[in-house]
Amino acid sequence: MPDTNSNTAAVPVKPISLRRRVMDQVMTGASVLTVLLVLLPLFAIFAYLVYKGIGSINLAFLTQTPKPVGEPGGGMANAIVGSMVILAIASLLGVPLGIGAGIFLSEYGRNRYGDIVRFVSDVLNGVPSIVIGIVAYGLVVMRQKHFSALAGGVALAIMMIPTIARTTEQMLLLVPQAIREAAYGLGVSRWRTTLSITLRTATSGVITGVMLAFARVAGETAPLLFTAFGNQFWNWKTDQPTAALSLQIFTYAISPYDEWHRQAWAGALVLIILIVGAVAAVRIAVKHGTLAGA
Amino acid sequence: MFGFYCCGKPSKFKFSHYQAPLFNRFVTTLCYPQHGMSNQALPQPRFSAPEPGRGSKAALKIEVRTTPLLQGKVSEIPDVVFGWAMRFCGVAVVALLGLIVYQLVVGSQLSWHAFGWKFFVQSDWNPVEDQYGALPFIYGTIVSSLLALVIAVPLSLGVAVFITEMCPIRLRGILSFTTELLAAIPSVVYGLWAIFVLVPLIREYVEPFLAQTLGWTTLFSGPPYGIGMLAAGVILAIMIIPIISSITREVLTVVPQHQREAVLALGATRWEMIRMGVLRNARAGIVGAIILGLGRALGETMAVTMVIGNRPEIAKSLFAPGYTMASVLANEFTEATGDLYLSALIEIGLALFFVTIVVNALARLLVWSVTRGQPSRSIA
Repeated sequence: MPDTNSNTAAVPVKPISLRRRVMDQVMTGASVLTVLLVLLPLFAIFAYLVYKGIGSINLAFLTQTPKPVGEPGGGMANAIVGSMVILAIASLLGVPLGIGAGIFLSEYGRNRYGDIVRFVSDVLNGVPSIVIGIVAYGLVVMRQKHFSALAGGVALAIMMIPTIARTTEQMLLLVPQAIREAAYGLGVSRWRTTLSITLRTATSGVITGVMLAFARVAGETAPLLFTAFGNQFWNWKTDQPTAALSLQIFTYAISPYDEWHRQAWAGALVLIILIVGAVAAVRIAVKHGTLAGA
Repeated sequence: MFGFYCCGKPSKFKFSHYQAPLFNRFVTTLCYPQHGMSNQALPQPRFSAPEPGRGSKAALKIEVRTTPLLQGKVSEIPDVVFGWAMRFCGVAVVALLGLIVYQLVVGSQLSWHAFGWKFFVQSDWNPVEDQYGALPFIYGTIVSSLLALVIAVPLSLGVAVFITEMCPIRLRGILSFTTELLAAIPSVVYGLWAIFVLVPLIREYVEPFLAQTLGWTTLFSGPPYGIGMLAAGVILAIMIIPIISSITREVLTVVPQHQREAVLALGATRWEMIRMGVLRNARAGIVGAIILGLGRALGETMAVTMVIGNRPEIAKSLFAPGYTMASVLANEFTEATGDLYLSALIEIGLALFFVTIVVNALARLLVWSVTRGQPSRSIA
């Protein structure tokens, strides 16, 4: 027993038992192991993508339409263009509505109604993409009586809106209230303040949010299965079945032909490059181009 | 003392004629008659200036505009229009949800009237005889998602703990970026990789090994196809790890630092500190993160469709092929010929929709209960 009366006497420290020390080491090791296990598939996927894809990308792949089974060659040019068309439609519909909803949430929605919209957009974020496909099928395909790029665009737009709305809201909330008040103090009206002051200050953040949503829907396949449907030929009409890169990858991947498998890998690589490229291009435009200073 | 009150009738105050020698600039700024912007909440400003030096040569002429910056009355119409346009966008989001529910409910009426609740407990899926029961798909969805959780939860918790508690700061950013990169890969690319890399791996090595060591549980028996429930569970796990780990990380970072310090001060080792000081405090949020991951796994379509085998059967073995609610929609929706067939598929979609909504709402509430007060990141 240590002398309890003495303040100076060092309290003997009981050494940490071996069991506890070993446990600490084991758990640290386990934690490092999980990181390695998680990173493994990531590197494996990228390595395979580059390894299998790069050999199959050639000029024909980027400029030709698919060849019938058995004939070598052919490419996914129509699918690449189709994907771009569908994404353009989706962005045209989804981005303004999403940003508008974001403005509503941050500038007009600091109340009960705003909370409802906020909750609903979080819920919409979790709706499976295939279900959105069914809705777009009922909304557009059933009315038009055939599959179309428009239907695909609508499906993807529905997926973009909640993401854009929530990120826009968060970016606008970061703009200090004093800046808004300064604008009001100069006699600038509220809509002008919101558009030219608040939104402009938050531009780069809002664009990041839009690009996140874009990147998320760009690789979506499930909602396109029964909206855009896919097409083996060129199609320039938005009310006709349209090929999409992700659909083409799916069709080729589950087919039994080696040639198609090879093209599926190439398509996957092109898809990822296009997504990363689009995001990077917009980021660069924000930094240096017409939107600079925004 | 020279004092004056400028707020009575500011517009009539003729500053321009007043020769203010060495007048305090502070006063002029405050006295500027701001058009229509006098703040009623503040007390009337009263101030006194230092007495101007008499006969000072440096007479300062102050020009102050008394006319408003904006000429004429500012129309309020654009403001009102803009406000309502933004409100419309907000309402549109709610309307979208309503539209989704409406489409699904109307579309599934036929099947609902034909089968009622029995639809969800019958396991007979036969389009030829127009007999539809969704049980095999529900079973497949639940089993593949749970399997994914069993694999993903320990891994993502480990990653989150490593990144927040153990990792050197320099590595932290890189690691969280790379794990989130996993979330950016399209689902169809996961599926492609799973078909050509994961499935052969599972067929050649994992399944024979499991059959040998754990075959007695009958969970791992039967011929090793590679394609099947196990492959679906593994690829789903890889896909939900970034979601669970990034939200868990967020939850762990809001655990107050003094909790950690208190436990360490009691002589705990680092692992004991993490277990008692961090994980225990963040429980609710971690459960929320796991449920959010479950929500994603339930609705995941493409990768699962590509590797699960697509056979509407309930098999006990995880090696056997199965079918999920999302993949039956992906495979059969465009080929559904009869009205009842289509309606039955839409009803599966409706069920999937409701399950994911409930799961997601539950998860959000749990995550909010922990990160409340913190600016929440949008969780894609």
